[in-house]
Amino acid sequence: MLLDGKVPGGPIAEKWERHRFELKLVNPANKRKFNIIVVGTGLGGGAAAATLAELGYCVKAFCFQDSPRRAHSIAAQGGINAAKNYPNDGDSVHRLFYDTVKGGDFRAREANVHRLAECSNLIIDHCVAQGIPFARDYGGLLANRSFGGAQVSRTFYARGQTGQQLLLGAYSSLSRQIADGKVEMFPRREMLDLVMVNGHAKGIVVRNLITGALERHAADAVVLATGGYGNVFFLSTNAMGSNVSASFAAYRKGALFANPCFTQIHPTCIPVHGTYQSKLTLMSESLRNDGRVWVPKNPGDKRPPHQIPEGERDYYLESKYPSFGNLVPRDVASRNAKEQCDAGKGVGDTALAVYLDFGDAIKRDGEDVIRKKYGNLFQMYEKITADDPYQTPMMIYPAVHYTMGGLWVDYNLMSNVPGLFVLGEANFSDHGANRLGASALMQGLADGYFVLPYTIGGYLAGIEKGRLSTSDSAFVETEKSVQARIDKLQAINGKRTVDDFHRRLGLIMWDHCGMARNNAGLEKARGMIRDLRAEFWEDALIPGSGETFNQSLEKAGRVADFLEFGELMVIDALARQESCGGHFNEAFQTDENEAQRDDDNFAHVAAWEYKGEGQDPEFHKEALKFENVKLTQRSYK
Amino acid sequence: MTKTINLTLKVWRQSGPDKKGRFETYNAHNISTDMSFLEMLDVVNEQLTLEGKEPIAFDHDCREGICGMCGCVVNGRAHGPEKGTTLCQLHMRHFNNGDVIAIEPFRAMAFKVIKDLAVDRSALDKVMQAGGFISANVGGAPDANALPIAQETAELSMDAAQCIGCGACVASCPNASAMLFTSAKVSQFALLPQGRPEAAKRAIKMVRTMDALGFGNCTNERECEAECPKEIKITNIARLNREFIKASFGSSEE
Repeated sequence: MLLDGKVPGGPIAEKWERHRFELKLVNPANKRKFNIIVVGTGLGGGAAAATLAELGYCVKAFCFQDSPRRAHSIAAQGGINAAKNYPNDGDSVHRLFYDTVKGGDFRAREANVHRLAECSNLIIDHCVAQGIPFARDYGGLLANRSFGGAQVSRTFYARGQTGQQLLLGAYSSLSRQIADGKVEMFPRREMLDLVMVNGHAKGIVVRNLITGALERHAADAVVLATGGYGNVFFLSTNAMGSNVSASFAAYRKGALFANPCFTQIHPTCIPVHGTYQSKLTLMSESLRNDGRVWVPKNPGDKRPPHQIPEGERDYYLESKYPSFGNLVPRDVASRNAKEQCDAGKGVGDTALAVYLDFGDAIKRDGEDVIRKKYGNLFQMYEKITADDPYQTPMMIYPAVHYTMGGLWVDYNLMSNVPGLFVLGEANFSDHGANRLGASALMQGLADGYFVLPYTIGGYLAGIEKGRLSTSDSAFVETEKSVQARIDKLQAINGKRTVDDFHRRLGLIMWDHCGMARNNAGLEKARGMIRDLRAEFWEDALIPGSGETFNQSLEKAGRVADFLEFGELMVIDALARQESCGGHFNEAFQTDENEAQRDDDNFAHVAAWEYKGEGQDPEFHKEALKFENVKLTQRSYK
Repeated sequence: MTKTINLTLKVWRQSGPDKKGRFETYNAHNISTDMSFLEMLDVVNEQLTLEGKEPIAFDHDCREGICGMCGCVVNGRAHGPEKGTTLCQLHMRHFNNGDVIAIEPFRAMAFKVIKDLAVDRSALDKVMQAGGFISANVGGAPDANALPIAQETAELSMDAAQCIGCGACVASCPNASAMLFTSAKVSQFALLPQGRPEAAKRAIKMVRTMDALGFGNCTNERECEAECPKEIKITNIARLNREFIKASFGSSEE
């Protein structure tokens, strides 16, 4: 099947406006007759739920955390991009569009990215109106900083807590709608399945995490904003609860999963230091504005950093990429760090780290200025490592951070399942094979505040409104199958903990489907995942009952899904016989070890259709057309 | 180099909101001092699971000190002994070999225990719903730079906006007051010109809701400020009081 992204016609800069005019509208009085389910309350879901309610729709919002304010968008540190061009350094909507398509290594859909760039400025306006205390210059106007993959300063920020402030903004709007009775909020609920009626998404089955009871909820449309799948690697910068289960349930019900092998390994994280470790912590990319990345020139040089003289340090990003220097995109910075460590130049106890040094910046600007910009990040680093980055360089290493792949959506953000919309990190559409820094917040909010509220109307205007009952057989059957799976998990009664399986899966993924991949390793990983999955269903140990608050059972369901999803990632990575962005197959690289794309054969979205447990998924393709950006070998030299 | 220590834990176990709780004693052996407090609990839970016992329930998510989901009372202090630190960012290097550590849930009339160390903090969401917002619908905003805001003001607003809503202030207060939480949100908006139109209404509604939910009054004990993992200042409470008094006498809000 050749997929149709339903991109509107006309010149790229006019497509969105034209499409908004052509979309059917729902009369204001009719909006209140439509029910919409939104799963996830991060930037995408929180913004969408609030905005849909402002428009008059009846919204039910769900999250697995105890409050919608805790979604993992909150942990985003550095900032949010917008094409305001306030610094007068040559930015424009077109430049933001171009940088994002290029940054994604030409594997994103042009029209979606352009719309994203158009919405970026509206987001900043709205967020200021909401009372978000962005950083300001002395004159009282908004301040900007730079991020990787761009040569202009277009990133707006609130100290090192931009995600927190933006999410609390969306949460405050959501809270207002909850108080008005327009949004009914269901915290501590985990979506376990999607309910389909006559081929349309019409509801969900969730587990109440406090009582263990299964609940059915019906609606005219279902919106998934359930985040990414980085935790398939066990160790990642994601929150502990982040999971693929909602997306995977939709995939099992027929929604296509696009480009699952596109994962982002973030270059600046605190290195792994022990087997007990539960997660990795990011150090914001904004640090690369002032920090200089280096390793000793001589492999095996074990002297402490201050004893290594200037002449014996290799500032490899600055020398290799003189125009972007330390601010090359994430995939490039990560691969280079790995290359240095593979060459024996890694530092620290594990030799799997490089230095990020603020010595020169502190000398130049003074400690106070650096403290003001990055104080909370330096403090966090110090808490975790017991090293003071004002005195000694940080040690950093790449870690899994974000996933560009996700459920396939068309230009309206609707999946191939009618009535099922997917927002933010959970969809695949805007970042191609690599996401640029400060673009995730932009996409989540664009989808939630400015795109979905229009496009969902186009779908709803064409269907008959809410006459659904949760006693419909589709709901009964779905709940039965969810219960059967919970029973099956609890019946295993084996000897190994769920975390133990998760950790082993993570290692397989990191070793064979991580920063660098090759066909032999991927083939091997596929077998290993299958074996591990079989072992899980024979030997997992899940204590406690299903009728209570049971965190082991929650985790078991998520890990069971990761064990299936991991194989899908490997299948996708094997099918993509090229390198691009975050997908680096060692067989496809340029003479300078950069990713070598194959545009003739792989300028497409790979979208996978579920064919049953243990069966190979079916491949579908959406060809990507580039009419406004010239396909080139990405260069940041 | 990594060091390991052995600890004795006294952990509050309670199977449900209406069940009676008690302290149970567990040994935590070979705990690396590089572990976070929650990773130490993970290790204990793995061990309990393998012994066929139910692991200790505790809330947590981001483990980066920003989501506000974690938090217990450790040796009598919310989020443990380190200043300005959430429990997930507290590392075991701050403990010594042989230490006995008491771990309890956040306790307050407005926070019911769900299980073990996990509590229901939805009352804080209700306070937010009462007025913790600026009523700006999507679509009507002027250009972001149309309204200059002095850098100092924006920074003060940001100081208050850092609140992670963990509830440590409530758990630390002898009156279980949520004044620090409420005042942080009221301050963030009261300081900004965008927040002024609703300032009176916001202060009154949030305070009344807080009272109705069973949070106590503020009697200037300052425990909240001492234990707040984000070091939110009680000057915010003073600002809330000013806003509240101003609103009570100077506005038409009921």
